[in-house]
Amino acid sequence: MSNPTRCAACRYLRRRCCEDCALAPYFPSANPHRFACVHRIFGASNVARMLQQIPVEQRRQAADAIAMEAYWRVQDPVYGSVGVISMLQREISVAQCELAETQAQITMYASQAQSQPNQIAAAQCLVEDVHLVPSQPSQPPFPGLYQRDDIPQETLQRHF
Amino acid sequence: MGGNSPCASCKLLRRRCTKDCIFAPYFPSDDPHKFAIVHKIFGASNVSKMLQELPVHQRADAVGSLVYEATARMRDPVYGCVGAISYLQNQVSQLQMQLAVAQTEILCIQMQQEPPLAEQKMEADDKSFVINNNLTAMPQLLNYASSSNVAQDPLKREFLWT
Repeated sequence: MSNPTRCAACRYLRRRCCEDCALAPYFPSANPHRFACVHRIFGASNVARMLQQIPVEQRRQAADAIAMEAYWRVQDPVYGSVGVISMLQREISVAQCELAETQAQITMYASQAQSQPNQIAAAQCLVEDVHLVPSQPSQPPFPGLYQRDDIPQETLQRHF
Repeated sequence: MGGNSPCASCKLLRRRCTKDCIFAPYFPSDDPHKFAIVHKIFGASNVSKMLQELPVHQRADAVGSLVYEATARMRDPVYGCVGAISYLQNQVSQLQMQLAVAQTEILCIQMQQEPPLAEQKMEADDKSFVINNNLTAMPQLLNYASSSNVAQDPLKREFLWT
C-alpha cells in the first residue's frame, strides 16, 4: 500500500512511496531541494544504506547532518564542509588573539590603577608580545585540514 | 594505461584503467584504502561526476576534502564532519563571550580612570545618571554572555533542512 503523499525522495526518484519507505521520515515532500542535494552528492542508495546502519533514534540527526554536508558540498564543490571547518578555525585563531590582547590591556590598566611602575612596564611588554607572537590555533578534532583563503562568505552568513 | 598498474579505483571496481582515467591521478594504487572509503560514502559515479565538473587544478583539493569527509563519517556515522563543525562553533561562541566580557571590563576600567577635571565638571545628578546607566548595561551584557542560545544545536540553525 503506497503513501498517498510521496516523500521528497520517492518524488525525485519517480517511484511509489511505500508506507515503510526508509527515507520518508527524513525527507518530507515539503522540502524537495534537501533530497536533491543529498542525492547529488551521496546518492539515494548510499544514504538509505547509511541510515539503515544507524540506530533508529539517531537517524534523524544523521539525516540532518548528511543533508548539511551535501548542501555545503553543492555550495562549495571543492572543499564542502571542510571549507567551513577551516573558516571556523581561522575565526577561533583571530578571537584568541583579540582575547589575549584585551586581557593584556586589562592587566596594564590594572597596573596603572595601582601605580606600580614595574608592573606597568611588564604589562606593556605583555601587550607588545601579543602582537609579536602569533597565537596557536586550537587543535582540530581531525588532522590535516585544508587552508583556504577564498571561502564564499555567503556559505558562512547563511549558517553562522 | 599500457604496462602501468591500474589505479586504486579501477582495481577496486575491477575495470580496465585507461590512460584518461579520471581517478588515476588522485587515487594511486599504493593507497587502496583512500578510494575505498570515498567509494563507500559517496560512490564512485558521484565522485567521478563531481571531479568532472571541476577544473583540473582544483581536483586534487576536492579529492582531499572528500577523503576527509568520508573519513569523518566513517568515524562518526551519525554526525560526520558536522560534529567537528558543532564543536568549533561552540568554541567560537565561547571565545566571543569571553571577549565581550573582557571588553566590558576595559570600558569599566577606563571609565573609572576618567581624568579628575572631567569629573569635576559634572553635576552630581549627571554623574549618578551615567553610573546608573552603566550598571544597567552590565547585567544585560552578562545575561547575553551566560545565555546558551548561541550554543544551541547547530543543526537546528539550518532552517532549510528542518
